[in-house]
Amino acid sequence: MTTFPVEKIRADFPILGEKIRGKDLVYLDNAASCQKPNAVIDSISHVYRHDYANIHRGVHTLSVRATDKFEAAREKVRGFINATSTKEIIFVRGATEAINLIAQTYGKANIKAGDEILITAMEHHSNIVPWQMLCEQTGAVLKVAPMNVQGELIYEAFEALLNDKTQLVAVVHMSNALGTINPVKKMIDAAHAKGIPVMLDGAQAIPHLSVNVQELDCDFYVFSGHKLYGPSGIGVMYGKQALLEAMPPYQGGGDMIKTVSFEQSTYAGLPHKFEAGTPNIADVIGLGAAIDYINEIGMADIAAYEAELLTYATQQANKIKGLRIIGEAKDKGAILSFVLDKIHPHDIGTMLDSLGIAIRAGHHCAMPVMDFYGVPATARASFAMYNTKEEIDVLMNGIASLIEVFG
Amino acid sequence: MFEDLRDLYQEVIFDHNRNPRNFRVMADADRQVEGFNPLCGDRLTLFLKMDGDKIVDASFQGSGCAISTASVSLMTEIIKDKTTAEAKALFKIFHEMTTGKEEQIQLEAVGKLAVLAGVREYPARVKCATLAWHTLDAALKNEQNSISTE
Repeated sequence: MTTFPVEKIRADFPILGEKIRGKDLVYLDNAASCQKPNAVIDSISHVYRHDYANIHRGVHTLSVRATDKFEAAREKVRGFINATSTKEIIFVRGATEAINLIAQTYGKANIKAGDEILITAMEHHSNIVPWQMLCEQTGAVLKVAPMNVQGELIYEAFEALLNDKTQLVAVVHMSNALGTINPVKKMIDAAHAKGIPVMLDGAQAIPHLSVNVQELDCDFYVFSGHKLYGPSGIGVMYGKQALLEAMPPYQGGGDMIKTVSFEQSTYAGLPHKFEAGTPNIADVIGLGAAIDYINEIGMADIAAYEAELLTYATQQANKIKGLRIIGEAKDKGAILSFVLDKIHPHDIGTMLDSLGIAIRAGHHCAMPVMDFYGVPATARASFAMYNTKEEIDVLMNGIASLIEVFG
Repeated sequence: MFEDLRDLYQEVIFDHNRNPRNFRVMADADRQVEGFNPLCGDRLTLFLKMDGDKIVDASFQGSGCAISTASVSLMTEIIKDKTTAEAKALFKIFHEMTTGKEEQIQLEAVGKLAVLAGVREYPARVKCATLAWHTLDAALKNEQNSISTE
């Protein structure tokens, strides 16, 4: 831990110097969204100041410059998840849009009445609702692989649910509510053995784990930029080229066509087929800057440092009487969800906020997970590479004090 | 340590959170309405016993934060023996008090409920305090059997 340059990293994030209600900000809501380093903020500002024009259509210098930067960001994303080709990298608004895109294109083309889509009990609403909508449209059935009380997938039950009717497995790589990291490689291999494609929701995993889509052999991988220290409103859908080629387009419009006449239009090739309209140019470039920034620090070091933070936070939390950790998977990312005896998470959230500590209180867009644990909500502290042990101490002192106040 | 929060978390609120009043199922209720705040998951069921236009008994069940629990607990106390019109008038004043839209908030008109005035400084928590009253409003209108703050 001593070698991880956390102070240097903190200095790169201007918001960490903010005072909240007169106190130093302790930002522990990273699973909801991460803060942005200067490199990202400056890159966006730079685009608008020096390089901005619409892309893929102008012959003028600025359009070419903007296009080059935009496509360079696509290459950065490709490298970051080790996709085979930039044709497999589709820019969308976020993981949510990516899942909706897959449901409404791949899903509609390949899933019919009676077919099954398999998810897990720990999905975010964004990996439940688009499939429910597809099921309503097609008559397909949503199946849910259960988890145990530690918040771990019951793997045997998952495997048993794979059958001839299963047309798609759509599972979360790392749970936002529990921190659980699923054994996705094993799950993908089991699904593939039965010829079933697999989509991974990587929204939470992407800032914490090295993701290699070729090694995983997943068919789709989706994530959002804002959880990766990048801008909000931009995300990525990775899909294997052969699948993307065969899929119908998502939205129609400019940039996604080859030719248009009033009788018929033909579609552009990948990746443009799925990117109708003027995209979020500056934020794509900002996402590229975030990836450069993370690569400079190194994902392996980030993961190791965050694991130490989680271990420390868990140890300290376990010392607090009346605190119950929700989600105790063996393989777990830097998320500490908890409840306090007789104190509602919203009261915890407001009280900690008065100390400058930002945590999330609520159902974390995972109401079925809350139902499973029989709680209406949890408090969640989620850690990023810029957090410190000292901040965890501030959190734990705050929790201990509010327990006292509530009596 | 929580000096800044004294206006929000007054002792009366802690008291009602620890020992909610009228926290029971009312088997012979004339009105039963569920209130739900989907943003935070707060859920309550409000029971009313009516005698014509008069609320003769009120009770509740459910789970929520200290603000929402204290708010519904205080409400069930204060609306007892009030007419529908009187209860609706209280709701109006309470709403103005918690959303701070009135320059002159008539704190004396709401009695004990004044302890909840502090939420107006915390926009994220206003709904915690008003859920009970929106549920009451629905119960008095007798239109629906569940309401949501969204």
